[in-house]
Order: sequence, then structure tokens, then C-alpha cells
Amino acid sequence: MAKEIHLYTPLKDEDLEKLKIGDKVLITGTIYTARDAAHKRLVDLIEASKELPFDIKGQIIYFVGPAPARPGMPIGSAGPTTSYRMDPYSPILLDAGLKGMIGKGPRSKEVIDSMIKNKGVYFAAIGGAAVVMSQSIKAAKVIAYEDLGTEAIRELKVESLPCIVANDIYGKDLYEEGVRLNRK
Amino acid sequence: MREININKIVPIVKKLCIDASIYIGDDVVEKLKEFQEKEESPIAKEIISIIFENQKLAVEKKMPLCQDTGVAVFFIELGQDIHLVGGDLYEAINEGVRQGYKEGYLRKSMVDDPIIDRKNTNDNTPAIIYLDMVPGDKIKITLAAKGGGSENMSEVKMMKAADGIEGVIDFVVDRVKRSGGNPCPPIIVGVGLGGNFEQSALLAKKSLLRPLNEKNPDPKWAKVEDEILEKVNNLGIGPQGLGGRTTALAVQILAKPCHIACMPVAVNIQCHVHRHKSAVI
Repeated sequence: MAKEIHLYTPLKDEDLEKLKIGDKVLITGTIYTARDAAHKRLVDLIEASKELPFDIKGQIIYFVGPAPARPGMPIGSAGPTTSYRMDPYSPILLDAGLKGMIGKGPRSKEVIDSMIKNKGVYFAAIGGAAVVMSQSIKAAKVIAYEDLGTEAIRELKVESLPCIVANDIYGKDLYEEGVRLNRK
Repeated sequence: MREININKIVPIVKKLCIDASIYIGDDVVEKLKEFQEKEESPIAKEIISIIFENQKLAVEKKMPLCQDTGVAVFFIELGQDIHLVGGDLYEAINEGVRQGYKEGYLRKSMVDDPIIDRKNTNDNTPAIIYLDMVPGDKIKITLAAKGGGSENMSEVKMMKAADGIEGVIDFVVDRVKRSGGNPCPPIIVGVGLGGNFEQSALLAKKSLLRPLNEKNPDPKWAKVEDEILEKVNNLGIGPQGLGGRTTALAVQILAKPCHIACMPVAVNIQCHVHRHKSAVI
């Protein structure tokens, strides 16, 4: 793996133009969590022309439902969930200004096309490395949909959250390329 | 007849839930090391190193290896010379799950109805419990806590005898190929052959209970396992689906007799956070 790049939220187009698939990035700033149930609610709000519970412009959504925090800790284990389940919703959120997504596993053609159109990036985190990921999360606060439990939307303060660029704004796909290079 | 009070079961189940979430088995660690040495892709080698770091941190910080601490699936082998007293076995297991997931700070991942309400039960119950009656006066409780991401990549297919072993191998390899990076590879591929529709799926799940360093006791199936493993690892999917030679650590087959008209094949995919722990009372 090549260079390590520091990224700060909210993301700007200039930051994303530099990123290529396979780049290792360390993300610092505020990001938001959402899984299946929260995505449905966000998209329902957009379709009803209502305001979202956070300003999505330039932001990153991390597909995660964390484990509960032990006393004195900001969060429990917090690795990525499988991203394809968010594929029906992501293009609508990218159209609304979302710039980054963190998850695991490949995305659909519709999401990749939407990332090209909206200059968005998809970051892969290591599924099952949930304790490692949690070490970069310094604070967590539920900001919407508390009734969803682990699936509520949380605002996370992260420092150097480690990810790999899996889809860049140029339409390249590390999942497709990585497998092609290693197939026998 | 040995008498066992049901209350004895609750703390044992609680401990199984917590321990299985934090401590990975030596068999998984050994296999990961073996594959990391053979791995050619730098990104794949690095991902396996991060998995090792995660296993170490989980123990140090007493945190679950993965935030998805799974559906609590239990296989109970109940000795037929045992008389259970003091309550309901199923309720005791669910109470152990309730206490374990709360006190271990594990994630509650169960929703009450699968389609319409999908409201979280908030205590990770109900557990899924399979009960087998066996000779003797002991109870063996095995927990295989199963995450949703890999479970979603599993499948049952009712094949024809004419498809032959080649057809079965192609189906299993294709199931892994279609799963790609979704089930958190490196994976373990559980394969259930025969029985009927539902038994094939249960066989696939039970096949995952065999330690990864133990060969299939039947050489015929051991050979098929090796063949599938090689084909799967030639797909190039690699750790997390980002490319490499380490797609699966093992393929494990369990086979049973079946009807003359049938050839059921089930594939149950297990992620690298392969939780299974047992206790004997």
C-alpha cells in the first residue's frame, strides 16, 4: 500500500480530487453513523423536502452500529457493516451533498456513477477490526433516532480513523481491480 | 438419573457469550498465520496484520472483536440420563444471553419481527437453540454467535443427482465468488450436503463447529474440501475483497443420507471472527 493521506471533515472537492483507489487515509473531524434503518428515514425526509437531523454537505457517513461503551469509554467496538444494503439510498444522499462513505464490501454501479457525478468517495474499513477502529473514536453522541438503539444516528469525533480508498471520484474500483490482479 | 438445576445453566451461558465475543480460537489464529505467510498481495498481508492487532486489543481492553456480536446460536447436547429441574431450559439459555450481552457490553442485534416492525428487542434474545438428545449424563452447550454480514451470503440449493460432485463444487465456489468482499473474508465455508431442505442448512452451520486444524474424518470429503478451498482461493477475492490469495481459511463439509429424488446443498459462510465456545456440565 502506498502513501498515507490525512483528511479533515467537512471534505472539500480539492481533497477528494487527490485521492486514488488503494490510498490509505486517516480521517479526522466529525463524522456521522447510519445503517439501514437510519438511511431509510433520511431518504424519507429528503423525499418529503424536510430538513435532515444534521447538515450533510461535505460530510462522511460511517456505516456502523457500534457495541455499547464500557463505563468511561466513548464507544464500544465499532467496525464497518456491509455497504451494499445502503446502495438503494446512497445516491440520494450523495445528491444532497454527502461526500464520503465508510463501510465494507463493494458498491453497486448506481452508487459508483453517483460518486463520479457528485465527486464522492467510498472508503473501505476493515470488517471485524472493530476494536482497532474504536481506538480512533474520541467522542460519540446520539443526535437522532434514539429509538433505533445501535442503529441511531451518532455524531462521532474521530482522530486518524484508518481507511482505504475503495472508489475514487474517477470511477475506479479497488474491489474490482484487486480481485482482477489476484485471480488465477 | 442425574439431576441438574436449570439455574446452573444461566451463568455458564452468560460466560460463553462474553468469552466467545472477546477471545478468538487458536485454530483461527494458526490458519491466519499460515495464510499470511503464503500471501502474495501486500494489501492482503497488511489486512491480516490488522486482524491480529484487533485480536490482541480485544483481549487487552475486554472489548468484543467485532461490533456485530451476532445472533446467539446454541447447540445443546443433552444426555438422556439427565433430569432438568427448577425451570425451563430455553428460558434459562435466553436469560444467560440477556445477562451476557448486557454485562459484556455486547451489541443487541435482534429485531422482534423480520419485516414490518423490525423493533430491537434490546437484549439480543431470542437465542436460536438446537437440542440433540445424546447418551450419557452430561450437557454440552456450544455457542456459535453468528454475525449478519456473513450469514447474508449463505444459500440453500436443491440440486439434481445429475449435477454430480462437479455441480456441487461449482455451486459452492460460485456462492463464494458472488459474496466477494461482503462477508468479511478471510471466511470459513460451511457446506451441508444431503438430508432434506432444512437439514442441509443445519448441516452447513454445524460443519463450522469443527476446529479448523482438524481434517474431515472421511477422506472422500476431505479431498472435496481441499479441491473447493483451492478453487475458492484462486478467485483472487482476498481479505476484505480487496484482492489476494486468502479468501477462505477452510472449507468444511458435513454430509447425511438423502431421498432418491433429492440432492440438497447448503453453504453457510462464516467471517474471520469465528466465534464458537463450549462448556460441559
